[in-house]
Amino acid sequence: MPLTLDQVRHIAALARLRLTAEEERRYAGQLSAILDYAERLQRVDTADVPPTAGVQDVRAPLRPDHPRPGLPRERALANAPATADGMFLVPPVLDV
Amino acid sequence: MADLTDLSLLEAGAALRAGEVSSLELTRACLERIASLEPALHAFLAVAPAMAEAQAAAADHRLVESRRTDAASPAVLGIPFVAKDVLCVQGLPATAGSRILEGFRPPFTATAVQRLLNDGAVLLGKTNTDEFAMGSSTENSAYGVTHNPWSPDRVPGGSSGGTATAVAARMCFAGLGSDTGGSIRQPAAFCGVTGLKPTYGRVSRYGLIAYGSSLDSVGAMARSAADLTPVFETMAGHDSLDSTSLEAAPPRVGLDGSVRGLRLGVPAEYFLEGMQPAVEQAVRQAVEVFRGLGAQVIDISLPHTDLALPVYYVIAPAEASANLARYDGIRFGPRLSGAAEATPASLMDQYLATRGELFGPEVKRRIMLGTYALSAGYYDAYYGQAQRVRTLIKRDFERAFEQVDAIACPVAPTAAFPIGGHGDDPLSMYLEDVFTLPANLAGIPGLALPVGFDPGGLPIGMQLNGRPLSEPLLLRMADAYQRETDWHRRAPKIDDARPNEAPA
Repeated sequence: MPLTLDQVRHIAALARLRLTAEEERRYAGQLSAILDYAERLQRVDTADVPPTAGVQDVRAPLRPDHPRPGLPRERALANAPATADGMFLVPPVLDV
Repeated sequence: MADLTDLSLLEAGAALRAGEVSSLELTRACLERIASLEPALHAFLAVAPAMAEAQAAAADHRLVESRRTDAASPAVLGIPFVAKDVLCVQGLPATAGSRILEGFRPPFTATAVQRLLNDGAVLLGKTNTDEFAMGSSTENSAYGVTHNPWSPDRVPGGSSGGTATAVAARMCFAGLGSDTGGSIRQPAAFCGVTGLKPTYGRVSRYGLIAYGSSLDSVGAMARSAADLTPVFETMAGHDSLDSTSLEAAPPRVGLDGSVRGLRLGVPAEYFLEGMQPAVEQAVRQAVEVFRGLGAQVIDISLPHTDLALPVYYVIAPAEASANLARYDGIRFGPRLSGAAEATPASLMDQYLATRGELFGPEVKRRIMLGTYALSAGYYDAYYGQAQRVRTLIKRDFERAFEQVDAIACPVAPTAAFPIGGHGDDPLSMYLEDVFTLPANLAGIPGLALPVGFDPGGLPIGMQLNGRPLSEPLLLRMADAYQRETDWHRRAPKIDDARPNEAPA
């Protein structure tokens, strides 16, 4: 089932990717071909098969809950493109 | 002494401990080799001579001290190595081959790297990779392709192609990589070196830039299984900073050259119509070498093998689409405003522009594939069904390992392909991974070792797969093979190949 351009635009919006018109056309074709290939999974009978989300059947080990220092604020902020007053700076998200 | 970079890691270690050579001499020999071959091969995204020389001087100090006190020193003390640029190292840039991490300097060091540094190994630099480790050729790096040292018009494989090239071209004694669907084994095969993807959880993923979290493994490459062994032993073991790292006791690898009585399975499904005949021939001959050494060869079946590719290309993109949501231009990396002229940028404009322009084509493709597979209405048909078929692939291996101790098969259907050979056809590139994906889906270890050359003089690799935590067995088998053969000793004649003057 080929993906339509509208579906590609919807997926790109969900994934927060701005695409050019040329990219939309190219990805529509390529993603359709890959999904078409993945269709063969539908032919496998998995009625009694449990899913594998991860390969480990052991429970995640617990460690003692000892407080320890985290990443210092200035190092956490050091890579940010914009900061102010010790915080990450972003464009306004609320109308004021 | 002949060229220091021609020594094996074990020979270099012995010479260091005997005081015949210093770590600074070894490090400078590697740095000179790097300077003479870069940027033609383009194995590196960052070389760190000053840091490396400082680490080497510290290692020499430790070596002198341990000789004075007659104390044992770590096997990797003073040994120069490299790390794929998806492993974070404090003080060096980490790009993951992506423009979206340009300029990023991580505030921490990956555990796998840190353990080698703690034991006195010397980090020379960071190696090239497909963007976010998504690819089989390094062609998806935003910083340019790496050239195969055996033939500069060929890819080195990927995504750990920079590390494979650096090891094969004698620019270092060992290198670290990551393997989500074959990204250590396939470049090791394409470059004629030995590479190990450990059991899922055997080596900490702390500080590894995540791609597919249920599949990612940190591993290593070297010029032989014997050289790889101390690197793996140093890296492996539980790490409280990675809750998926296994609590099993640290590995003890014994290399005694013996494979007598071991049962070696050869799966029918890994010899396909359309694969390069030289690959099948070399792998079958290598199996005969094991038979000659006393292994019992058994034909086996892994019936769901052909489903590994569609399962992987649903699960890995789904996990990637979640992992890569963090690249939003807020906490690290460059930020693009995305605003039309004269209007203030909104947060949404900024997300769309930063991610749309700074992720490369393959990364965007996989993010969208994963987003689609996880979206309402499609989740169960794609992601849920892929997880159930993943169970079938895992069970194939569990059944096989009731019958055999290890499995021998090709690493890839062909030797290294030409740069640009897959054009703009992502599916044909994905088919390169057909023999390496199953081990990641099942979480089992896989080792690639050189077993011959094709008529064009390109290396061919064989893969050994084993039960979870069987790396010591795989290393012992590969070492036994390498005691009988000399494929792993062949070095590319790079000076003659003139990589900077690749044929048109």
